[in-house]
Amino acid sequence: MNMPTDQASLDALIRQRIDEILPQKIEELQASKTPSMTIIATKGTLDWAYPPFILASTAAALGWNVSIFFTFYGLNLLKKDVSDLKVSPLGNPGMPMKMPFGPDWFKGIDWNKFLMPNIIQSNLPGFESVATMLMKQTIKNNGVASIEELRALSQEADVRFIGCQMTVDLFGFTHDDFIDGIEYAGAATFLPQAQQADVSLFM
Amino acid sequence: MNFDKELDAKGLNCPLPILRAKKALAEMASGQVLRILATDPGSVKDFAAFAKQTGNELLSTAEKGKEFEFYIKRK
Repeated sequence: MNMPTDQASLDALIRQRIDEILPQKIEELQASKTPSMTIIATKGTLDWAYPPFILASTAAALGWNVSIFFTFYGLNLLKKDVSDLKVSPLGNPGMPMKMPFGPDWFKGIDWNKFLMPNIIQSNLPGFESVATMLMKQTIKNNGVASIEELRALSQEADVRFIGCQMTVDLFGFTHDDFIDGIEYAGAATFLPQAQQADVSLFM
Repeated sequence: MNFDKELDAKGLNCPLPILRAKKALAEMASGQVLRILATDPGSVKDFAAFAKQTGNELLSTAEKGKEFEFYIKRK
């Protein structure tokens, strides 16, 4: 090949070669990069305990690097004992109220449609406990994992759990309230990770 | 089809079949085949996506009534 000697031809040749090489190079780089995800978990109820642990454990199974930043009520998901997590019908009108036992036609009834408005249910003493009990039974009946199980599977798969130290102080918790293997840090630790992540979710 | 290991994920729901499969594959040697039985209808798409992302080969998917059968070859 005759190498061009003038500046303009040289630039044109370089541009042409870059266009030829770059797409493949980018593909190689993307293929060799381990995908990563960061999640902010802010809710401390039984229903909202599922999304962060399901997505984190699944992403880890796909080979991704995952970290979850637990802040505000999300810290409840890290407590040693999560058996007291509840689901509330208050302000939660999307939650179907179905019985987890009996024949299929009975299980299919959404009692919200017949029973009473959400605001009245929520004010009944013990209604939250009943709703939680029904939800737990439904979870069991459907072969859905418990929160303890999904949390343990996430930890086994090296999902990083980061507890918000500010919230620990704010709510008067101690590190002893929580399971082992948690890093305690603040927003400045989370943000650089989120910046590098391919997926970043707020829950 | 021949297989080296079997995973019974019947009755388990998302994401447990995938998590158990990942664990089973991790204990196997490259080229070995894992047979998975599941009842979660979502697992059909999920195992295809799992195989594509992890590089383990999904050799076959079969539906037998309400049961699903997958063969995955370890990368």
